[in-house]
Amino acid sequence: MSQRPPQAAMEENIILHCQGISKRFPGVLALDQVDFDLRAGEVHVLFGENGAGKSTLIGVITGAYQPTSGRMLFRGQEIKNQSVHHARSHGISAVFQEFSLVPQLTVGENLALGAERENRWLLDKRAMQNEASAIIQKLAFPLHPNQVVGHLSRAEQQMVEIAKAFRSELSVLILDEPTASLTEKETARLFALIKQVKAEGVGIIYTTHRMAEIKQIADRITVLRDGRVIATVDADAVDENELLRLMTGRVIEQVFPQINYRPQEVVLEVNNLSTRDVDHVSFYVRRGEIVGFAGLVGSGKSSAARACFGAVHPRWGEIRFRGEDVTRSSPKEMLARGAFYLPSDRRSEGLLMQRGARENISLPALDLSMFSRFGFLRRHAESRHTRALAKQLRLQPLDMERPVEFFSGGNQQKVLLARSLTRDFDLFILDEPTIGVDMGARVAIYEFIAQLCEQGAAVLLISSDLPEVLHLANRVYIFHRGRLKAELQDADITEENVLRHFFGGNDGHATAQGAPARPTT
Amino acid sequence: MPVEAVSSTIPRKVVSSVQRIFVKVGVLPFLLVIAIIIFTTLSDNYLTWRNMLNVSRQSTYLIIVAIGQMIVLLTGGFDLSVGSIIALTSVVSATVMSAVYGANNDAVALAIVLGVLAGLVVGSFVGVLNGAGVALFDVSPFMMTLGMSSVAFGVSLFMTGGVPVYGLPPQYSDIFGFGDLLNVPTPIWVTLGIILISYLRLNWTKTGRYFYAVGGNIKASALSGINTKYILFHVYVLSAALAAIAGLLLTARLETGEANIGASFPLESIAACVIGGVSLRGGVGRIENVVLGAIFIGLVQNGMNLARIESYLQIVVLGILLIVAVIADQLRQRYVAVLHD
Repeated sequence: MSQRPPQAAMEENIILHCQGISKRFPGVLALDQVDFDLRAGEVHVLFGENGAGKSTLIGVITGAYQPTSGRMLFRGQEIKNQSVHHARSHGISAVFQEFSLVPQLTVGENLALGAERENRWLLDKRAMQNEASAIIQKLAFPLHPNQVVGHLSRAEQQMVEIAKAFRSELSVLILDEPTASLTEKETARLFALIKQVKAEGVGIIYTTHRMAEIKQIADRITVLRDGRVIATVDADAVDENELLRLMTGRVIEQVFPQINYRPQEVVLEVNNLSTRDVDHVSFYVRRGEIVGFAGLVGSGKSSAARACFGAVHPRWGEIRFRGEDVTRSSPKEMLARGAFYLPSDRRSEGLLMQRGARENISLPALDLSMFSRFGFLRRHAESRHTRALAKQLRLQPLDMERPVEFFSGGNQQKVLLARSLTRDFDLFILDEPTIGVDMGARVAIYEFIAQLCEQGAAVLLISSDLPEVLHLANRVYIFHRGRLKAELQDADITEENVLRHFFGGNDGHATAQGAPARPTT
Repeated sequence: MPVEAVSSTIPRKVVSSVQRIFVKVGVLPFLLVIAIIIFTTLSDNYLTWRNMLNVSRQSTYLIIVAIGQMIVLLTGGFDLSVGSIIALTSVVSATVMSAVYGANNDAVALAIVLGVLAGLVVGSFVGVLNGAGVALFDVSPFMMTLGMSSVAFGVSLFMTGGVPVYGLPPQYSDIFGFGDLLNVPTPIWVTLGIILISYLRLNWTKTGRYFYAVGGNIKASALSGINTKYILFHVYVLSAALAAIAGLLLTARLETGEANIGASFPLESIAACVIGGVSLRGGVGRIENVVLGAIFIGLVQNGMNLARIESYLQIVVLGILLIVAVIADQLRQRYVAVLHD
């Protein structure tokens, strides 16, 4: 294949070709004249921030959305009025982060869902079982058709989801952040599978936030920003800085502020903390510093921090806040003592989506005399104060009564952050503060965090976004499977050092320590 | 083509402004106007001062219960036991009153006070159990209040054998059932007081704000330092207490304690809330609209009575109205999303 002229090979192998695709939602142009093509047997990474248009493009390709304009060619033939069903019939299948599995049904039943076999009036269970077994065997997954999906791990569920894509002839496989919740071992399995599928001539569209993965599996990369294609490049022709610049339109120095750390006394001290998914960790946070918690999803970094706020129950260990034992305090008590927690999932744990910014900002502060007296609200003072805070954080639009669900992700996050200014907090626990936030708001949030630190607050930053931890924290704790793997300081905080501990594996120290702690599962 | 364009622009303008009003205020004003127009044409006696005062008085019981129901709905729950609470309150208060009054015909005030207290305490206690089940044991509000509804109804039937309780002091009905002050019936005064207090509670106190917060997002509320279990407990007790007050007023009106007076209240109170724009998912709702919703149901029932529509058929109409209101609310949600981009 490599001996053919590249141009010709390219033309021949294109499975899917999108020309000038635009998609308009009420008020937003989600995709703007996007050109995209996919060749057989390649991994084409879609790269961009949240809101850049990746999901919309995938939606158009899978038939979930109709493009407002533009056309799509499948193996050279235009397809019109694409529906999900129609796309399937072309062999276009997507595996999303949110699984479309029925947890109560078995693996086999899930694989047959929507394509059940019947002999006359009854289900032909044996035929379906055989088909399921055949697919699982072909993919060499450690699954059995009779397992109930709800009892499987997330990685196994994802395998079922991928297996579903293989029910019929597959020509385009779309994987939307497939590794977000996988362990490194499971990730390795997935990558092996991707290689196998590639070899069969399937084109793969892959979205991810992780630079490291792109290096490992990408053939080509298309960078999206604000609904437009910024560039389509060969994977070996770009380095990470270049990718970051393409994605954000800025160089690193413009994104992250310079911070003057002045560590003083210890505010939060945790000794031997254990929770449901954290195992004997100890750490501390001082005034005037930003401590980063890094690690994969499920490594326990978030759980450890939540325990400090009373949102997770500690099983063991001691938590001291400003010298006092607060081990089993409730969030209410921790707020009163001066700790602030920003939850990672603002929809499910942070905001009242149907209420306005005013009520959302004042919610944890209604106890204060600023907002209420003898149980009665001081609504005028509330309006005034919350408006001032929203203004300070540059809430866009500055409409205090508009339900927050109609704000962008970045502005929703600003509403949450405004809560941290309703009183003088000593400790800020920020759990994924920039998740789902556009670049402009992200820069503003980084500025905000830097200010908190320089004004002498203690900041605990939990983040799955590696650059964020690398550039904002002066000390970093790295979590791996519920344990603390390492603590890095100042100049030692490099991507290489952090990543080495991220996946746990290669130094014997950790496994020796980790082995007795998890005897059985 | 141009002719067509001209003829279609005018209605389109009207349609779009109707749409905007609909999004802003919901379906209720439209229903009210339609109902009043229909019933005024059907009966000359409908739109008269006397009849409207009559409708208001008849609506008071539902208004009181609907306010309690709304508070529970705000937190994302239901209270299906309001009807049985009314029945139990009626039976208990009437039994106590007639016992005390029967023992000593002079102790009118004592009989009334003891009867009212007994009714309030027993009725509210059903709410205490509801609240404990929902807040402490995580029973779904649907099952908890449905179960308690059966318990409370069973107890009221058991206490009376299904026979009305007679022998109340006549002054009780004279004052709370048929009395008036400044030409306005007593139940209306009581209801106005409850509306005012509830309005202040919901909109001007911390606890009121927490009702909305817990229904809007219970996890976020807990992380914001709100005692969510207490709030959940609180709303069921409030709803039960309000239902008990309605039960006391109804008992005064009927001059007997009866176990069969509450059956229609669960549906009608939820209908009043939904027609008034309260979200069944919790977190959204305004008391003014709920009061209007209850009055609307009263207007329709009164209108149907005047138009001589059979009472069994009226139940059918009510069910249909409820469903229409929910569908209209869904449509409205869609428009709201478009309006906010």
